[in-house]
Amino acid sequence: MDLSFSADDLAFRDEVRDFLATALPKDVKDRFERGLHPTKEGQVRWHKILNEKGWVAPNWPKEYGGTGWTISQKYIAAHEFGQASAPQAMPFGVGMVAPVIYTFGTQAQKDKYLPRILNSDDWWCQGYSEPGSGSDLASLQTKAVRDGDHYIVNGQKIWTSFAQHADMIFCLVRTDSSVKAQEGISFLLIDMKTPGISIKPIYGLDKENSLNEVFFDDVRVPVENRIGEENKGWTYAKFLLGNERTGIARVARSKRQVVRLREISRVERSGAGTLAEDPDFIAKLARIEVDLMALEYTELRMLSMIANGKTLSAEPSLLKIKGTEIQQRLTELMVETLGMYGAPYEPERAYAGRNDGPAGPDYAHGPMADHLYLRAATIYGGSNEIQRNIVSKMVLGL
Amino acid sequence: MDFELSDEQKLLKDSVERFVKDNYATEARAKLADTELGFSRDHWKKMAELGWLGLPFAEEVGGFGGTAVETMIMMESMGRGLVLEPFLATVILGGGLVAEAGSAEQIEAIIPELIEGKMMLAFAYAEPQSRFDLNNVATTASKSGDGYVLNGHKAVVYHGTTADKIIVSARTSGDALDTDGISLFLVDNDAEGVSRRDYRTIDGQRAADIMLENVKVGADALLGAEGKAYPAIEKVASRAIAALCAEAVGAMQTANEITNEYMKQRKQFGVPIGKFQVLQHRMVDMYMEAEQSKSMSDMVAMKLDLGDELDARKAVSAAKAQVGNAAKFIGQQSIQLHGGMGMTDEYSIGHYFKRLTTIEMLFGNTDYHFKKFAALSS
Repeated sequence: MDLSFSADDLAFRDEVRDFLATALPKDVKDRFERGLHPTKEGQVRWHKILNEKGWVAPNWPKEYGGTGWTISQKYIAAHEFGQASAPQAMPFGVGMVAPVIYTFGTQAQKDKYLPRILNSDDWWCQGYSEPGSGSDLASLQTKAVRDGDHYIVNGQKIWTSFAQHADMIFCLVRTDSSVKAQEGISFLLIDMKTPGISIKPIYGLDKENSLNEVFFDDVRVPVENRIGEENKGWTYAKFLLGNERTGIARVARSKRQVVRLREISRVERSGAGTLAEDPDFIAKLARIEVDLMALEYTELRMLSMIANGKTLSAEPSLLKIKGTEIQQRLTELMVETLGMYGAPYEPERAYAGRNDGPAGPDYAHGPMADHLYLRAATIYGGSNEIQRNIVSKMVLGL
Repeated sequence: MDFELSDEQKLLKDSVERFVKDNYATEARAKLADTELGFSRDHWKKMAELGWLGLPFAEEVGGFGGTAVETMIMMESMGRGLVLEPFLATVILGGGLVAEAGSAEQIEAIIPELIEGKMMLAFAYAEPQSRFDLNNVATTASKSGDGYVLNGHKAVVYHGTTADKIIVSARTSGDALDTDGISLFLVDNDAEGVSRRDYRTIDGQRAADIMLENVKVGADALLGAEGKAYPAIEKVASRAIAALCAEAVGAMQTANEITNEYMKQRKQFGVPIGKFQVLQHRMVDMYMEAEQSKSMSDMVAMKLDLGDELDARKAVSAAKAQVGNAAKFIGQQSIQLHGGMGMTDEYSIGHYFKRLTTIEMLFGNTDYHFKKFAALSS
């Protein structure tokens, strides 16, 4: 047990720092720091810069284009990205579907998709939830019927993040209705340009369009786009959700939010002094910070277990639960720091057309959008209540 | 960065766990806690033979050069069985202060005997008015000839009942809250002018309020430089906090295991109560708090060994705050999930609750350390 960094680690830290200082586009940094959704153009531009450096996929095996970093290096990179307000790659391709492809896919699927994911040539979205299937995901009804070398897909997905940007969707579909729900599901990769797919935007609490409904009307999908075996999709889906939970804690970004909160609290007034001197504010921030520190080391412990060959079951659900709770407490406190300037709110469409800047201080632009959007954090990726069910069953054996 | 135990550390863990398993079944512990001494001298001898009493000390003073990580491993395993022997009082606190502040002669006179199990120590730092502030020292030590005369009231001195020597913090100069002007003295427990009010604590241990009335000590009783003891006190208190965090982790994990098992056995409405979602989610929250605490306990041990002082102090307060919160939550909810059974003195779970409750107080409670952490972070 040892927390020290080697000389190589410190050199690596400098390399990451220097790279981010020069390579990270200002507009991308600014949106991420404020907690605004990325633009497609900005995110893809940044992703390609990362890919040129070879740093898109820290968690992939090296043979597929992963970085081959040690735990220390992963920790350092995540920390530095967080402190520089540098976004990581979008999760849907790199973090979600890619591990499914390199673990369960055919050679042809790996050759076709993985390089395109690394270079952000395809924007991926996730076709899991349906109007009638949220927490009870396995009850999904979107049907895929075999027709020669194709499946014909009919049905509807919902809450599909950034479907409007997407070139590809990975989809859970029902291929057998006569068996137990979990045993009749298959995992398909579908080109979003296929005839019969239509998208309807959902405007969220933040008045932005990040969520969508996706409709499938006699969509023909080549059988070669199926991952693994027919009717074994639930296995791959659960594998994906397990991976998702480890990345979802967003410790590094939360650490940066703590720093921002402290900066803003030194400017905002409270009584005769600043918010930074207000005992209630100080106590709230300290409690979040301590929880975050515990989460940071829990994540490192789990990464270390995995690296040392231990198989975890549902332990990473803890990271999802705690990580998202902390994110919400941070955005709540951030909005609180704004005082009355928490109230003015213009969605980006309206904001973009103005030329007089945000109402109130510059840092007031973003926190409310982030606060509203992140109410979803304890719902998406398996709600925190579902995560507790999973831990109860898998870890505690109840 | 490395979070795994070395092979030697794994052996140590196994060895302490075996000791706990062999000697600390619920009934055996209850019997021991009820004896006049409150622990077992045979166990203490065994701990000395196994080398545990010398583990945290440097090799130069006859120790085995263990780090805070080894202490963490031992304390966590001892926490699993709620071990009663005064390892913290004698080794971490008493021995720690002697090794940190003592002269070569003092170290030579005390540490080897301590390691052999022949000398027990206690640290009298608290006073009725001091609450958790180590610098709040009203006890005085005035120069008298070659030596000093001590007067004052030391509060809740864990194992002050049985220690051969008490290490007393006393003011040689300065005002009530000054960090400067605090000195440490080695006082024989049976010295003239020392009187004690001995009592039991809720966690089954022994403690005493100690009155010092014109207690004369020689110049050789002064531990470290006169008036300059505070940094050593703070440093040793940090190690004690890390050790207590580890002990709490062992106790919390065990309380969770006991409660989890009970939820599988206990049936109501025809099913094990562990089938009820509201109880499942409570248990998951308890599991998560124990895991978060384990992370903090490991982290703080490693940070103490790393040597960055400010970072270590922040880590100590953060860990104590997190562990304190978790200890209260897990202790209280363990009782709740056991229902009426949790209320009995005979059953094991209440003893975990009680020790966790005192750990939360020792060396500063949760609120105290949140404040301290915030002050260090701003």
